[in-house]
Amino acid sequence: MRVPPVGDRLTLNRLVEYCADMAQTFNMTATFHALGDPVRSEIVQRLATQGDATVNELAALFPISLQAVSKHIKVLEAAGVVSQRREGRHRPVHLERRRVESATDWLRSRLDELEARYQRLDEVLAEERNHT
Amino acid sequence: MKPTVHLRVDQQSVSHTREFDAPAEKVFRAHVDPEIFVRWMGPRGTSCDVERFDAETGGAFRYSILIGGGAYTFFGAYHEVRPNDLIVHTWEFEGDPLPTLETLRFVDIDEGRSRLEVLSVYTSAEHCAEMLAFDETEGGMDENFERLDEVLAGV
Repeated sequence: MRVPPVGDRLTLNRLVEYCADMAQTFNMTATFHALGDPVRSEIVQRLATQGDATVNELAALFPISLQAVSKHIKVLEAAGVVSQRREGRHRPVHLERRRVESATDWLRSRLDELEARYQRLDEVLAEERNHT
Repeated sequence: MKPTVHLRVDQQSVSHTREFDAPAEKVFRAHVDPEIFVRWMGPRGTSCDVERFDAETGGAFRYSILIGGGAYTFFGAYHEVRPNDLIVHTWEFEGDPLPTLETLRFVDIDEGRSRLEVLSVYTSAEHCAEMLAFDETEGGMDENFERLDEVLAGV
């Protein structure tokens, strides 16, 4: 992501592409921020393994108030990690798998990019070692 | 053992660590000696054209990655450079309104190996405000990403 797709000049198309890239990075940081908390990751884990659950069911997993758990669900919802729909008197919480998967894909492509750069550095360091 | 990059994503920053089969001193040198720097910076198949490279506290750099007929130019200022230990610099893609603050630490591990720790902090005000709004609802929740791998693996 660090190297935007730009040639000699910033054409409008490329600028738009680059902004989309940037927006994606920010979305991703919001997603990881949402996931990077013990309570929220437990909620995601539970939804991933056992399917949709009500707020009450999720709150029963933790020794914290229903209100606190609701706040965590709101953070997950704001980041697009979960959604809630009305079903009679209940509002089951649903895991947006695609969202989590796209975060994983983003992470993987960042890792590949960095690893490629550092493999070049590995080679340079090995050459330096042979010279001295 | 094949070295791999470990990446963490935080509210307004991205950090990673990578181990090298070389002491911190050598990895540091690869970052501050322009002759060595151009041999690894940028994707494979590209070349690096250095215009300015004063890797010392208060110094600055400007270089272009050349690919086909195109050039990607980057520049920044060195805020602190401590030999074999630390580099703090800004980093900006020319034409990009979102510079980052980069902190690189060079740490010897054992038997001639070392670890590079890089923290990139984004400086977008919008992004920052958005993230601060998150924090207000949580009261300074401790950021812990150690379990993220588990979570992602389970999905």
